[in-house]
Amino acid sequence: MALTRRCHRVAVSTIDVNNPVFDATAVDTACTHCGLPVPAGLLVPESEHQFCCHGCQTVYETIHGCGLDGYYRMRERLGAQSDQPDVSTHGYESFDDPAFTARWCTEHDDGTMSCELQVAGMHCAACIWLIEKLPAVLDGVLDCRVRFGDRCVTVRWSPEHTSLSAIADQLDRFGYRPHPRQAEQSVVIRREVQSALIRIAVAGAIAGNVMVLAFALYGGMFHGMDRAMFTFFRYISLGLTTISLAWPGRVFLRGGWAAIRTRTAHMDLPIAIGLLAGTISGLINTIRGAGDVYFESVTVLIFLLLIGRALQAWQQRRSQRAIALLFSLTPATARRVQGDGTAVVPIEALQVGEIIEVRAGETVPADGVITRGTTTVDRALLSGESTPVSVCVGETLHAGVTNCASTILVEIEQTGEPTRIGRLMKLVERCADDKPPVVEFAHRMSGVFVVVVVSLAIITATLWAVLEPSVAVERALALLVVTCPCALGLATPLAMVASLGRAAHAGMLIKGGSAIQHLARPGRIYFDKTGTLTAGTLSVVDWFGPDELQALAAAAERDSSHPVARAICDAFAGDELESHTIESTETIGGGVRAIVDGDEIAVGSLSYIRTFDRVISNQILAHADRAWASGASVVFIMRNGVVEAAATIADQPRPEAVDVVRRLRADGWTIGVLSGDHPSVVRALAADLELDDEACIGGLTPEEKVEYVRANSDREAVVMVGDGVNDAAALAAASVGLAVKGSAEASLAAADVYLARQGIGAIPMLLDGATGTMRVIHRNLAISLGYNTVGAILAITGVINPLMAAVLMPTSSLTVVALSFRSRVFRGV
Amino acid sequence: MSVIYVVLPVALVIAAVAVGAFIWAARRGQFDDLDTPALRMLEDDDS
Repeated sequence: MALTRRCHRVAVSTIDVNNPVFDATAVDTACTHCGLPVPAGLLVPESEHQFCCHGCQTVYETIHGCGLDGYYRMRERLGAQSDQPDVSTHGYESFDDPAFTARWCTEHDDGTMSCELQVAGMHCAACIWLIEKLPAVLDGVLDCRVRFGDRCVTVRWSPEHTSLSAIADQLDRFGYRPHPRQAEQSVVIRREVQSALIRIAVAGAIAGNVMVLAFALYGGMFHGMDRAMFTFFRYISLGLTTISLAWPGRVFLRGGWAAIRTRTAHMDLPIAIGLLAGTISGLINTIRGAGDVYFESVTVLIFLLLIGRALQAWQQRRSQRAIALLFSLTPATARRVQGDGTAVVPIEALQVGEIIEVRAGETVPADGVITRGTTTVDRALLSGESTPVSVCVGETLHAGVTNCASTILVEIEQTGEPTRIGRLMKLVERCADDKPPVVEFAHRMSGVFVVVVVSLAIITATLWAVLEPSVAVERALALLVVTCPCALGLATPLAMVASLGRAAHAGMLIKGGSAIQHLARPGRIYFDKTGTLTAGTLSVVDWFGPDELQALAAAAERDSSHPVARAICDAFAGDELESHTIESTETIGGGVRAIVDGDEIAVGSLSYIRTFDRVISNQILAHADRAWASGASVVFIMRNGVVEAAATIADQPRPEAVDVVRRLRADGWTIGVLSGDHPSVVRALAADLELDDEACIGGLTPEEKVEYVRANSDREAVVMVGDGVNDAAALAAASVGLAVKGSAEASLAAADVYLARQGIGAIPMLLDGATGTMRVIHRNLAISLGYNTVGAILAITGVINPLMAAVLMPTSSLTVVALSFRSRVFRGV
Repeated sequence: MSVIYVVLPVALVIAAVAVGAFIWAARRGQFDDLDTPALRMLEDDDS
């Protein structure tokens, strides 16, 4: 940490480039800036400087007086290795919009403003240091506090001196991409965590004290105890237990009451019955000065159950937060054409009839018609089509498609909710709302449990009323106390906590426990095609023609950003790509023409090649026909006016897809493909993956995907795996929605599980883990029910005494806790 | 042994004070963020 400490005194803007401190050589894999170990994924081979995080690197770069460009290049390279979210391509002007301020910022009495920003890319102490140095770097920033656990920054600034966009921009340049964060929501969560903590504290303090008193009482039972003291201890225990039940224990009573009112099985009901029975029997026996009391059982039970719940809530919040960090909630912007230039405005400000400029690589922000320019657009996220399509003036574009090739002007026809993507988002919301609530396994069990225990208690009371009326009520109450499902209540939360934590470690972020339950048993699984079963990027799968033409074609396509051009370059560009001399490159419509090493090379689609009016040989055409039949695209290569070669370009299945599909089928899953892409492409894929043709459906709209998912969800669990906006509604409607890495934000929000590792290879592990988790839960339930049965028999027959009850109760809980954390579910993956 | 009648309530009062202190700390937000302060102490800002 020596480095960090020393550079503190140096303001970032006035740094001495030759500061000798920074020439210190890092040991092995220690971060050059902060000295912390560099995570393996961030190591840059053959580089003198290694960095543990963006913060360290950025400060280092700033210190060395490098231009911003060098920093961006470095970050890009690191980003690819560390799996960081993409750096935003637009500015933060919209952060100053009045609508934004009203929604996300708080104005203080002294005229200052504050805002909570969620920040991606924070890793270590140096990041905190760097971000909290913001007031020193930027005039007008008054205070900047990091909450590392939440990956959250609270910044306060004076609006006269600076703006939020400047702050956001500075954070972005430091390498931390800020998103606004709803302050109210985080306040609500913080309040919940606080009250959960207070409840645990109170319950714990009371449980400890009552336990000590109980030990004294047990001791007195064997060695004799003064009658007055006996009564005194019992009254104190009674008082403490009442507080525990009425304050921290109230959540269970309220939950149990809600279960009765709504007539649903809920874990809280048997717990509430047990707690009440224990307290009431204790109250009666304390007042009459005879019989057993179970105060320590009641108080320890409340304490343990609260801990179990708090742990589960904490684990689920962690997964949700990790997923939330992946979406950029940053309001999107558009370039509005104004006079001669363009102005960046928030999308909300766009009006129908205005003209916007959409550059290559940008996403079309609203539905509209092209008024100038010709380009290629990628609709993969919106419709599932794997091949980009050419569009020209007069054609309609939907919001959400990506412009691949060149700048176009678009006249807006629809904005906001009526756009295609807006309607899709509405559909996602509706699907999420309509999803039937899942009755968790433990809750279903507890319904059975209540019925059994209450009937047993009634039978016990009736039996003893006949045999020996004086002990009837006492025996029935003893039964209710002993069978109180402490372990039952702990069994699920603890097993879930352990599994969700390990799953997150293995790159599977699971938002809730119900997903685990559905995934544990084989049902129906639907895959999206583009981006899920396939990589979502085009690649060359076949080549027909002389091999030496390959390098020339790649050279001709070198400067094009078109996906097909990229595929050709990736496939054929060797090391000598730079050695070709290229002159007069010309890109028109569906192709490229260039002079490479003196030869005229044209690469393009059939319609593009036809414009040259040359004959294409039958051999090449036959080859192209075969490719088209399988749904692929074909690019023709012409040299000096002769069409000599054809390359087949397709979106290939992921290498692991075949194994995953085979494995799922062996486990008994029904597998299907729901795709928005052309049916012939989907059929070709089905053949590759050995799937039934009927189960693989192409040409589906997002609404139709939802229909397919819903059609089966009554009978069995339906799992949907997808990535695009067009899958989002189906992900929300499915029993379990799985979003793969690289998914659209809408899909991340809608899905229940996010696979943070590339591809679908993690799915079998996820299913194994889910099965294992349910096995642990079942085992825990069996053990706790076993304890309860033994206890119930002892209580009914009247054999049990308070000491045995006190031993039995924590043993069952401890067994369950130990088994939950010892299990190997999700481990070693 | 009658001292227990005094000592036990006193012990409970002390426990109540401790719990009260914890509640006060929790409400003041002392337990909201358990990660940052642990890392923040690594940078001794003596400027």
